[in-house]
Amino acid sequence: MDGAKLKTESLSMAYSANAPYALKDISVDVAENSVMAFIGPSGCGKSTFLRCLNRMNDFVGGVRVEGRVLLDGSDIYAPEVDVTALRRKVGMVFQRPNPFPFSIRENVAYGQKLLGERNKSRLDEIVESSLSSAGLWEEVRDRLNEPAVSLSGGQQQRLCIARAIAVSPEVLLMDEPTSALDPLATARIEELVRELKKDYTVAIVTHNMQQAARISDATAFFLMGELVEAGPTTGIFTTPSDPRTEDYITGRFG
Amino acid sequence: MKTHFMRKTADLTATAALCCCMAISTAILGASLAFLTSKGWGALTWEFITEPPRAGMTEGGIVTPIVGSVQLIAVSMAFAFPVGILTAIYFNEYAADGTLTRLLRLAIRSLASVPSVVLGLFGFAFFCSFLRFGVSLLSAGLTLGCLAIPTLITAAETALQNVPQDFRDASYALGATQWQTIYRVVLPSALPSIITGGILCVGRVAGETAPIMFTGAVYFSPGFASSIFDTVMALPYHIYVLATAGTQIDKTGPIQYGTILVLLALTLGISMTGIVARSHMRKKL
Amino acid sequence: MPKSAYGKMAASGARWSEKAPRGIVTAAALSGIWLMGFIILFLIKEGMPILSEVSILDIASGNRWYPVSSPPRYGMLPLFAGSCAVTLLSCVIAIPFGTAVALFISDVCPERAREFCKVSLEILGFLPSVVLGFLGMVVLAPWMQAKFELLSGLNMLNASFLLGVMILPTIATLSEDSLRAVSQSLRDASYALGATRFETMFKVVLPCASRGIVSAAILGMMRSVGETMVVLMASGGAALIPRFITDPVRPLTSTIAAEMGETPVGSPHYHALFFMGCLLMLFTCLLNMLVMKIESARRAK
Repeated sequence: MDGAKLKTESLSMAYSANAPYALKDISVDVAENSVMAFIGPSGCGKSTFLRCLNRMNDFVGGVRVEGRVLLDGSDIYAPEVDVTALRRKVGMVFQRPNPFPFSIRENVAYGQKLLGERNKSRLDEIVESSLSSAGLWEEVRDRLNEPAVSLSGGQQQRLCIARAIAVSPEVLLMDEPTSALDPLATARIEELVRELKKDYTVAIVTHNMQQAARISDATAFFLMGELVEAGPTTGIFTTPSDPRTEDYITGRFG
Repeated sequence: MKTHFMRKTADLTATAALCCCMAISTAILGASLAFLTSKGWGALTWEFITEPPRAGMTEGGIVTPIVGSVQLIAVSMAFAFPVGILTAIYFNEYAADGTLTRLLRLAIRSLASVPSVVLGLFGFAFFCSFLRFGVSLLSAGLTLGCLAIPTLITAAETALQNVPQDFRDASYALGATQWQTIYRVVLPSALPSIITGGILCVGRVAGETAPIMFTGAVYFSPGFASSIFDTVMALPYHIYVLATAGTQIDKTGPIQYGTILVLLALTLGISMTGIVARSHMRKKL
Repeated sequence: MPKSAYGKMAASGARWSEKAPRGIVTAAALSGIWLMGFIILFLIKEGMPILSEVSILDIASGNRWYPVSSPPRYGMLPLFAGSCAVTLLSCVIAIPFGTAVALFISDVCPERAREFCKVSLEILGFLPSVVLGFLGMVVLAPWMQAKFELLSGLNMLNASFLLGVMILPTIATLSEDSLRAVSQSLRDASYALGATRFETMFKVVLPCASRGIVSAAILGMMRSVGETMVVLMASGGAALIPRFITDPVRPLTSTIAAEMGETPVGSPHYHALFFMGCLLMLFTCLLNMLVMKIESARRAK
């Protein structure tokens, strides 16, 4: 083991038995307590890849996955794996903020309640600590019982992050978490992501290269379902080894 | 070549004709409601609503059929609401495209198209005779429930479909199982519009006569049904009886109009509540 | 479809807390099939014995319905004719009218008044049929009697008019849905060619929505066939084959409703009424299949 928290080995994936591969032979390592960004033009498979990492693609009927995805060295596609337990370890934040139509408190407590946590003071503690970690506690501490949809878009997304970390995951997957937000809210989230890597391993998909450069330790560049290049962010952005990467980051296409 | 004038005239005539049609249909509704209200208003007294019928139903009030109707609604909904919601959950969350699902869809559609009087026949043969519930509140309520089930399924299914996929994704990503997601996220989100659909359905069920005529509603009963195996009086059947079977139709005139007004207040009141709730909800979306 | 795939996932994670709710939901859903099965079964079981009393030919061609005379006669032709006549006349009234109302709401009505029009239609649909039947008896019948100098105002025209009012909301609402599903760009294209609103409506919008309107009309017809209280109260109740629209008639539904209460269980008369139930069921099922055929053809397009 080389400190990789999450690792894929020749991962290929197709949406149905005879469909072409949406992902082709991808091997990538995500180091523990780091932020790894996945960039590439839209439709390149980066979101699909992310959804393979907590098996959200299982929902698509007839999906075919080859290769291995290792979390702490064990394959998450092994037959004995409990998908729900896996998803608690590998949390996810989505492109559009998607709080449940419940109160702020209920949203954060949801995951813990699924696990059967009934103790109110324990739940309150978790709600507070999760909201604090997501940098939202000060803004909502007096309105925990208000509906989550009353929050602004950026606040909603931070609430979704709080909701995800309330079940103490080890890895956080973020699928373009700022694409629906304004620049100020985006800056808050980026700051938060940098904070989060102290406690979590973060894999973030983004269409915004500056964002990748600002927040990630490592970057992987995808093109048409293939991994073109992966490595330390500084390296990718300053001295890319593949001409296609260079073309993309210098804005020649995409 | 048609002249510009001819085309213009045709256009105006058509527009006017269409306006007329809408105006007529609104006028029919307005005139009916106005007529029935003006005729029935005088009969509406506190005694009329709170006293049982007397003297061969030519005097007294209509509290017995009012209570009977409410009881019928309660029984029918107690049966139809769970079945309706669970079927909708099945269709929307569990059902795979297969023979069984198609057969179920076909069955529900056919159930929706069964004429209400035929449902009454079925209720008599099945609930009253075969299951030995007798002519009773229970039999009539279940028969009305059969009538309500297809409507409720449609309402609940639409409501469940309108729950965004995002909510489900978020829940699954937190490690929820399928049932946890349905029970804790999907159902609570859909509940307001399911209930609205239920209210609209109650409005329709309350006015139905044919399914209860031979399954549980009676011409006259001296008191309220105290068990589900008792017979009941019901408002719509009471109207039918007063208007057709009475020998003293003149004498019961005010009572007839009064009863109709109460039935209208009940059915339209419930339906309007549903309509208002629905438009309120649409605005929120 | 992702929906079915969610199902597969749960099936693989075989656990009690998942299996139990799934089983309960499925069982409850299947009760729909049971219910429909029982309906068909019991109608046939109670309706078929009449065929051992009277031949199907006598039932179909006999024009005398005297179920309680001796010997009883079970000719259902007049009842069947009554049902058909009332249904057809009500459709003749309601289909053009309903389509016109739908066109008004979808293409003529200003945006602000649309909600009002739709709600007023919906309320019209919520009027209990017994109330409409009552109006037929106390308002329409005396008026017709005086106006047309008839023996009785309770007749086919009266019942058909009321049935028309009853099915108008169904037809108009469903037609309006399919009219509105015609895309605005088609309308724009027609207007851009200099067409008037009338021409756009009748030459572009209506033809495009025709399948939807036809299925709305059939659904309305289905309601009209099965409607009971209105015909029971306003159609006059004479078991005769109507020769003119002001003749009284006795449709199948009203016969069942009027006679079921006074019939001994298990008597030939009782079985004859269930046989009528079978006929009605068959009729609505045929119409239902027709609608489904149109719908699947529409989806295929």
